[in-house]
Amino acid sequence: MILVFEQLLNGLQYGVMLFLLAAGLTLIFGIMGIINLAHGSLYMVGAFAGVWVAAQTGSFWLGLPAALAAAALTGVIIEAMVIRRLYDRDHLEQVLATFALILVCNELIVIVFGRQPRFAGIPDSLTGSVELLPGLFYPLYRLIIIAVGMLVAGGLYLFINRTRVGMLIRAGSTDREMVRALGVDIRRLYTAVFALGAVMAGLAGYLAAPLFAVQVGMGERILLATFVVVVVGGVGSIRGAFVAGIALGILDTAMRAFVPGLLKTVMNNADADALGTGLASMGIYLIMALVLLVKPRGLLPAKG
Amino acid sequence: MADISTNRGLAPMKSSLLRWLAVLVVLALLLALPWIAKAAGSSATILLATRILIFAIAAGSLNLVLGIGGMVSFGHAAFFGIGGYVVAILGFHHADGSLFMGLVPGTNQLLIALPVAVLVTAIFAALIGALSLRTGGVQFIMITLAFAQMAFFLFSALTTYGGEDGLMMRRPNEFLGLNLRQRPTMYFVALGAAALCFFGFYRFMNSSFCTVLDGLRQNPRRMAAIGIAPYRYRLLAFVLSGAGTGLAGALMANVLRFTSPDMLSWNLSGQFMIMVILGGVGTLWGPLIGAAVLLILEDKLNGLTEHWPLILGLLLLVVVLRTPGGLMALTSQVTGRMRK
Repeated sequence: MILVFEQLLNGLQYGVMLFLLAAGLTLIFGIMGIINLAHGSLYMVGAFAGVWVAAQTGSFWLGLPAALAAAALTGVIIEAMVIRRLYDRDHLEQVLATFALILVCNELIVIVFGRQPRFAGIPDSLTGSVELLPGLFYPLYRLIIIAVGMLVAGGLYLFINRTRVGMLIRAGSTDREMVRALGVDIRRLYTAVFALGAVMAGLAGYLAAPLFAVQVGMGERILLATFVVVVVGGVGSIRGAFVAGIALGILDTAMRAFVPGLLKTVMNNADADALGTGLASMGIYLIMALVLLVKPRGLLPAKG
Repeated sequence: MADISTNRGLAPMKSSLLRWLAVLVVLALLLALPWIAKAAGSSATILLATRILIFAIAAGSLNLVLGIGGMVSFGHAAFFGIGGYVVAILGFHHADGSLFMGLVPGTNQLLIALPVAVLVTAIFAALIGALSLRTGGVQFIMITLAFAQMAFFLFSALTTYGGEDGLMMRRPNEFLGLNLRQRPTMYFVALGAAALCFFGFYRFMNSSFCTVLDGLRQNPRRMAAIGIAPYRYRLLAFVLSGAGTGLAGALMANVLRFTSPDMLSWNLSGQFMIMVILGGVGTLWGPLIGAAVLLILEDKLNGLTEHWPLILGLLLLVVVLRTPGGLMALTSQVTGRMRK
């Protein structure tokens, strides 16, 4: 029972990370109509920049603004130089151009930081565990990630629904042309949305740094899962990204934790491990295929 | 797109004659390549040329759905990998005399293994296509990617067939008593397959089926209005395309004598797309040119600097952003200007 609860929290933590990435991606998808494969690169840039600054200054907290700033800056540069030219192109060209961006970003990171994976420490004040239930100790740092993710989700909800810029973003996702016709500078709005997505990706990257190795290619690993979240939740829908992110995060973690164990009851250990891992990895893609077949526009499609 | 169905009048006869002459010259050069390479003293060239021909088959097959049908499949590596695994698995069971799933005996005969690979990928393409084609747009891209990822993880999990490490073949398939381990021999087999495939693509592009697909890409609603149901045509194109990619994978397994889940990775799906775009979407020779340019570029840049993906990425960006229509359009622009 303790184990199940622990995996549930792990899943929640993973789901929150997925949401941070998917929220930006779905905004860019929904408003700008862009399939951005390079979103994982922003996650990677945030992690590398933050961890580097943290290592130089010796302070985890100085790394955080550095990660956000680096991701935002990269996002703005990418938007101005590449994405802006892709608005009127078809999906095929967007996929290819952003695929090329992945190659460029990965190699630039290799040139600047090298191929060695980097490891980030958890600040002393955040190490240790909290006893949530009798006998259930859970790492404080992971709880903080969950809390930060929830805060961002709440903040994003208020931002989208209560501010003027948020109103424009909602309007833009419903009818781009009409917003332009009403005299809103749509290009600045696009740049702002892209930067917002980049900041959230950078935040996710930096938060994840102490849990995973920071290395080239870390972006692609989580990118595909993020796309699954976006599509399952409904393209352009932040609410969908939140629900799908949490749900898929928990399902994915649970399958990885329990499928190999279940298989071990019917076959030998080594085969069960391999097959179980494989089946668990297939899980979210299977869910996506099923959702798309039943509801082609996702679970909670954006209105309009 | 224009050069697919036009050029049927009297005046273009000359240009189409020229075109066939060019094809014959290229074919003659390709036939002579092993001797040229031997004279130049680089046996690696033959392997590179073999890979180009095989990738051209895959890219050309993808072009049928991507270029002509307008269906952006991001999962074609799955068919490539399945084709490869069929050959490798049949070889595996032939080597130790066991039966696949306790039913099917293995084989090391190319003339059996290749058709089986094509058939199996066609079946998979029919299944994946039948489900995926119920969606469209972004969702189609993502659902094809999803099926390819499922296949990727499935083969990674099959420990009997090597799992993540892949499956080695001790020797390539047997074919008419030839030794496919020799690079020139394998090259000629690939050349023969590529020639057949591109003749098939040529016939395809001059068929009424192609015209229907072309119409469906441009305006499915009008096509429906004249009584053509999109789904069946698209599915058939998807199956043909998957089968062609499977053939390429089966040949590749013979070249490398090795298959691994990497043959099904989404990176490879992306590379197939790059080849099609680079060469020219929807054109007959575009995929061949794209495959050749991409693989030669990779090969040369790799020798030049370890940071070659950076240069490749920048080049791709320029091609996608600056030259719509790819290299085929670029060359016809240049030759068009020269004619004026």
